[in-house]
Amino acid sequence: MKLNANIPDGPIQQKWDKHIADSKLVNPANKRKFTVLVVGTGLAGASAAATLAELGYNVHAYTYHDSARRAHSIAAQGGINAAKNYQNDGDSVWRLFYDTVKGGDFRAREANVYRLAQVSTSIIDQCVAQGVPFAREYGGYLSNRSFGGAQVSRTFYARGQTGQQLLIGAYQALSRQVGLGTVTLHTKKEMMDLVVVNGKARGIVTRDLKSGEIESHMADAVILATGGYGNVFYLSTNAKACNVTATYRAYKKGALFGNPCYTQIHPTCIPVSGDYQSKLTLMSESLRNDGRIWVPKQKGDTRTPDQIPESDRDYYLERKYPSYGNLSPRDIASRAAKQVCDEGRGVGPGGLGVYLDFADAIKRLGQAKIEERYGNLFEMYERITGENPYEVPMRIYPAVHYTMGGLWVDYNLMSNLPGLFVLGEANFSDHGANRLGASALMQGLADGYFVIPYTIGGYFAQGGFDKVSSDSAEAKQAVAEATERVNKLLSIKGKRTPASFHRELGKIMWDLCGMARTEAGLKEALVRIPKLREEFWRDLLVPGSGEELNQTLEHANRVADFMEFAELMVTDALHRNESCGGHFREEYQTEDGEALRNDEEFAYVAAWEYNGVGVAPTLHKEELTFDNVHLATRSYK
Amino acid sequence: MNLRLHIWRQAGPSAEGSLKAYDVNNVSEHMSFLEMLDVLNEDLIGKGESPVAFDHDCREGICGSCGMVVNGVPHGPERKTTVCQLHMRKFKDGDEIYIEPWRASAFPVTRDLVVDRAAFDRIIQKGGFVSVNTGNAQDGNAIPIAKTDADRAMDAAACIGCGACVAACPNASAMLFVAAKIGHLAALPQGQAERDSRARDMVLQMDAEGFGSCTNHYECEAACPKGISVEFIARMNRDFVNASLKG
Repeated sequence: MKLNANIPDGPIQQKWDKHIADSKLVNPANKRKFTVLVVGTGLAGASAAATLAELGYNVHAYTYHDSARRAHSIAAQGGINAAKNYQNDGDSVWRLFYDTVKGGDFRAREANVYRLAQVSTSIIDQCVAQGVPFAREYGGYLSNRSFGGAQVSRTFYARGQTGQQLLIGAYQALSRQVGLGTVTLHTKKEMMDLVVVNGKARGIVTRDLKSGEIESHMADAVILATGGYGNVFYLSTNAKACNVTATYRAYKKGALFGNPCYTQIHPTCIPVSGDYQSKLTLMSESLRNDGRIWVPKQKGDTRTPDQIPESDRDYYLERKYPSYGNLSPRDIASRAAKQVCDEGRGVGPGGLGVYLDFADAIKRLGQAKIEERYGNLFEMYERITGENPYEVPMRIYPAVHYTMGGLWVDYNLMSNLPGLFVLGEANFSDHGANRLGASALMQGLADGYFVIPYTIGGYFAQGGFDKVSSDSAEAKQAVAEATERVNKLLSIKGKRTPASFHRELGKIMWDLCGMARTEAGLKEALVRIPKLREEFWRDLLVPGSGEELNQTLEHANRVADFMEFAELMVTDALHRNESCGGHFREEYQTEDGEALRNDEEFAYVAAWEYNGVGVAPTLHKEELTFDNVHLATRSYK
Repeated sequence: MNLRLHIWRQAGPSAEGSLKAYDVNNVSEHMSFLEMLDVLNEDLIGKGESPVAFDHDCREGICGSCGMVVNGVPHGPERKTTVCQLHMRKFKDGDEIYIEPWRASAFPVTRDLVVDRAAFDRIIQKGGFVSVNTGNAQDGNAIPIAKTDADRAMDAAACIGCGACVAACPNASAMLFVAAKIGHLAALPQGQAERDSRARDMVLQMDAEGFGSCTNHYECEAACPKGISVEFIARMNRDFVNASLKG
């Protein structure tokens, strides 16, 4: 299989404009003849569904939640980047492009990233017009703050609830179209499979989570905007329902999975407090604007933080990376935290934590200012830990947060399966091996509002869309397979719950394919995962039936896919004999412990093709060429 | 700590429900309330019994999925806190805890503690938006917005759509939810063009869904996990009257 990214010719600054000009259009009267299924109603899905409906397409949107507004984009706290240069501090489309490629450790596709930076400014305009209440200065103009991996202030925000406000904006745009009858919204419907007819994606199979009904829905194109797979680790900052099923099912139907080993470990999360822990909570990166990260200089220092004088503290990020300091990128800050904890200098129960201290900022700015900036985050911290962060430093530790990998897509955001488009976190395209803070919201909305509306038209204009119905052999077979799978999960009647399997799988992944990976560890994971999967299908216990609301069954169905997907992720991590961004292989590091890339051999996207459960997948490579950015060792010193 | 829970069990929308008692032992004070229910459910599944169904997702207090009445109070005893962020350190050994679903005819019970809140979506679909197609927008800084207005819009927009306001109200009124959306958009210049029709259409839909009206108990504000002020209800009433007089 030859991977063609379909990148337009010409200078990078003109590629997108040229592509728009060259794309064929669909006549307005013909648009309503095309049906598009959008799976997922987060930032990418809701914005795509609303915008495509505005253009006149016949849109169906699907979510497993009870409302489109519940998607996990809502939990993003800190902000959204855009190259507006309102601060007059030297920002530009070029600088945002450069920062993003560098931040991704030179493993992203240049053309996609440049387009992302270009459309970033339109996103802010669109969201303001929708009534998103971004933070403003007293003069009435939009306010900005800084985020990791950048030396300009380009992050727009709405208190600590930026994701919520942007998602509500997209949800409202979607709701408007639902009210107008141009979008049919299907809530409590979970995608179980993709229907491929004559090599093209033509439909999906869903299960109604209330009635258990399994049915197919046919269309001319399918858009997956189903988020990331961080919950393969069980403990992550993802919402409980986030899963890999939609993208993994598409992978099993022939779509290639790109860079599955690229996962982001976020440096500032609340540490684990016990075995019952169900998820981890992020403390926004924006806190690093004013908080200072430190640990004691000596290991085994058990004094309370207020008893440790300045001379006995190690502000290790400021020491190691003086020019970026506490705003070093996420992968670097996370590894640095792991290093000091591995040295025995971690704080709190179990020694898995570092301090994030606001004492200096409170002294400098006053408590009122800190409260205005981060009040809701401080309250959340206190609710969870029972400690008041205005008085004692927060304790934080890295946790799984985001997955840069995802289904492989070309410049049009279409996978190798014609008619299957993939947006937002679900695709692999823009963040390389590490995502910068405040760039996920930017990418989700860029894909949905400003990329897919243009590129999907070019696909439809090619023609050749015979009518397919739910009576087709392919649709019937996909429904039958999904039904059989549900029955199988229910019929095992073993002894272990889906949650217990999920926890065990997550522990394997965190220990062996987490923040630091080794060849031996990854090989061990490749032995343990299939064993656990075999036990899962032998000893699973799911009570109840498939014809009712059955949350245990929903969980079991998602864990079943994680059991297979985990192996793909480890395979990718094992094959990539280099360290880059969030993928850190202990064998490949510089003398001072930084990631050591191997551009000669690994400057490519690893796109994996499914060959069967437990069978090694086939690797396809998309070579990455860097014509505009000089490949350099990433330095934030 | 050891606890005795009394939980509303109801197999389906038309089934009859009742409170059932469960003992949960060795609960850590660092657990969240939902983690305590997770422990109970793992135990129930292991015994081959049906686990307690409840909605939840982000467990960070922002998605609005979770919601249950704990000892008579929506989201439980801690102010401005969703039940997923409520931690067991707020309880003590030997406590008896009563757990029930939101109760309102416009929120029918799906199962156990899960209710159907689709009525909220249908209200938003009637006008809870600014009609601006993608691509229409001018520069984001073209219209300066006074910080006080932007802040007020944000205060209202913080609503997570959980439905606690309805559950707390003796009339099962949704006025705080509806007023929050109307108040968010009415505070901004972008929301002015449709201000009248929005207020009228959303309020009419609210009535059609079977929610009650406000009689100034203010239980909604007390129960709201985001602390949204009843002041927005007064603003909504004014907008609704204005719109009605204009016809």
